[in-house]
Amino acid sequence: MRTIDDITGEILTLASTHFKVDRENLSPQEDFFKSLGIDSLQALELLTRLENHFNVELPDYEVQGVSDFQTLAERIQSRL
Amino acid sequence: MANDPHSQVVMIDLGRQESLGSALREAVDKFAGETCLIEADRERENHRLTFRQYNDMSMRLAGFMQDRGFRAGSRAAIIMTNQSRWPVSAYAVFYSGGVLVPLDYKLTAAEQLAHLKHCHAEVLITEYHIWRAITQCDGFPDLSIGTVIVTDAPKNAEMQGAIPWDEARSANEPVFIPRKRSDWACIVYSSGTGGRPKGCVMTHDNYLEQCASLTALYPFWPGVRYLSILPSNHAIDFMVGFIGPFVCGATVVHLRTLRPEFVRESFSRYKITYVALVPLILKNLQAGLQARFDELPPVKRFVFNLLRAINKAMTKSQPNLDLSRKLLKQVHEGFGGELRAIFTGGAFSDPGMLQFFYDLGIQVGNGYGLTEAGTALTLNDFKPFRADTVGRPLPGVELKILNPDPDGIGQVAAHSRTIMSNYLDDPELTAETIVDGWLMTGDLGRFDSMGHLQLFGRVKNMIVTEEGKNVYPEDIESAFEGLPVKEFCVFAANYIWPERSMLGEKLIIVLHLDDEKVFDETLKQDLISRNNRLLNFKRISGYVIWDEEFPRTASMKIKRIVLAEQIRARFDRQESLKEL
Repeated sequence: MRTIDDITGEILTLASTHFKVDRENLSPQEDFFKSLGIDSLQALELLTRLENHFNVELPDYEVQGVSDFQTLAERIQSRL
Repeated sequence: MANDPHSQVVMIDLGRQESLGSALREAVDKFAGETCLIEADRERENHRLTFRQYNDMSMRLAGFMQDRGFRAGSRAAIIMTNQSRWPVSAYAVFYSGGVLVPLDYKLTAAEQLAHLKHCHAEVLITEYHIWRAITQCDGFPDLSIGTVIVTDAPKNAEMQGAIPWDEARSANEPVFIPRKRSDWACIVYSSGTGGRPKGCVMTHDNYLEQCASLTALYPFWPGVRYLSILPSNHAIDFMVGFIGPFVCGATVVHLRTLRPEFVRESFSRYKITYVALVPLILKNLQAGLQARFDELPPVKRFVFNLLRAINKAMTKSQPNLDLSRKLLKQVHEGFGGELRAIFTGGAFSDPGMLQFFYDLGIQVGNGYGLTEAGTALTLNDFKPFRADTVGRPLPGVELKILNPDPDGIGQVAAHSRTIMSNYLDDPELTAETIVDGWLMTGDLGRFDSMGHLQLFGRVKNMIVTEEGKNVYPEDIESAFEGLPVKEFCVFAANYIWPERSMLGEKLIIVLHLDDEKVFDETLKQDLISRNNRLLNFKRISGYVIWDEEFPRTASMKIKRIVLAEQIRARFDRQESLKEL
């Protein structure tokens, strides 16, 4: 059973790889639009990666208004 | 394209129609066996309906609504993501003579609740997750709404008085309620300032006129497939992805996700003919294509660039779709091979991006409009293609430039049968906005020698994002209440320092610090933290430190126009505006 910290850590690793950003520069509470330098569509691209990784399905509306890794992790955990 | 042999012949005669209800009624009868709606979600296909099946679904809902007292002039709001039950519900409302209130599912639940109260909706048709969020709002107990119908509800969900979609049906045949052209068809909310909702009242005449002029330029016919990515409440999608294709017997493919990889796949899976996109999505498609071109091996890249240059030269004066499809076969096949045009609007598009697509033989119908004016006032007619303008006025639209400066630039005013009747319950704002029958757009523009409209900025203190969202500075100031400064004010940067451009619009905050205080790291972090609580498209991106008292009215409201003038007179944009 993954904890919220496990999920957050995995999201940070996937995000850093996908968008080629140094993992050390990302933190859970951070605004991912800014720290990854992405727009809302690129955030949706990341979501598909996360779905495949965690084997869950997240409708687009589930992440509407979400902008930090921690909250994203909570949304994923609720569907695991 | 207007001369396409398929066009005009089959579409219903809009001139004979009195309302959207009658137009849709004739269409479902005329095209009964044609495919009307496909709803796709990722690789899945959720629904595929003929016009006959669509009609049956709408009639069940209309019967249910009429049983519960829905009648001519009753108002029904729809808040849904992009899905097939949106147009099913809309037809049920129009068939019953009702007024449709299409609300944006991306608004916060509190904003949706405020709009529902403002428009006095008697019926709400929505999705379970949206309804759940609305019921959790502070002001929910005051909401007076007779019927709430909810889709996508999980089993045993707490419905808070709502009725599941599948149970919203009646054994009674609904009655068709005729409406006149001058009757209200929709109340469409435009972004308002300071919590003042702007409900644009649109008549049946507004929409029927708009539909006639747009389908004359871009015809639909049975077999055409329109990809609907924008939600149906969006003014463009309502017309180009619902009314337009339906009255012509075409098919609308709803995609329930905006994920770029599924958007790209849908073009080829469904052999898409038309699509409407906001500039942000268009930019994403451009980036995807460019990445593919960059990966080509040198020889292939050389050949590709050569073919693109030939296409560019051969289509300089007018598009030649057949030629472009032959020359740049792989690019066009990537879009399904049958794409005729992409429509874009809702925000300003980068001319370089439009040219990128045109050089590939993909026509982007770039237009200009605003909620108050229906779908569009101008559209590029490709005679020839002009990336640097928003095209010429549509048939029936008159535009003029008010008080032009020596360069011919002034506020754009519009006169057309497509312009709204009024703002709901706001005669004062209506009188400010529609003067002697002319709509004051608040945008700055001029006409070039070929009659094309070019836009140069805004009269109003606001921005429009690449996603087509209007953001007013006053509406986000509450996020910064309590900031430890003497006073602050949010502006559109271009309002203080006009740039004669609609690109890269951003919001900034002007800070007047307490005496002896400096802008230190603590204050910066406080500012960032408050900013991050806003939705990303509403965030400020810079700040200016100002050292004088803000000019205020007797009631202590900031005189924004005067403050902007003072800042402009003393401060240079480059030197004073700091990135956050």
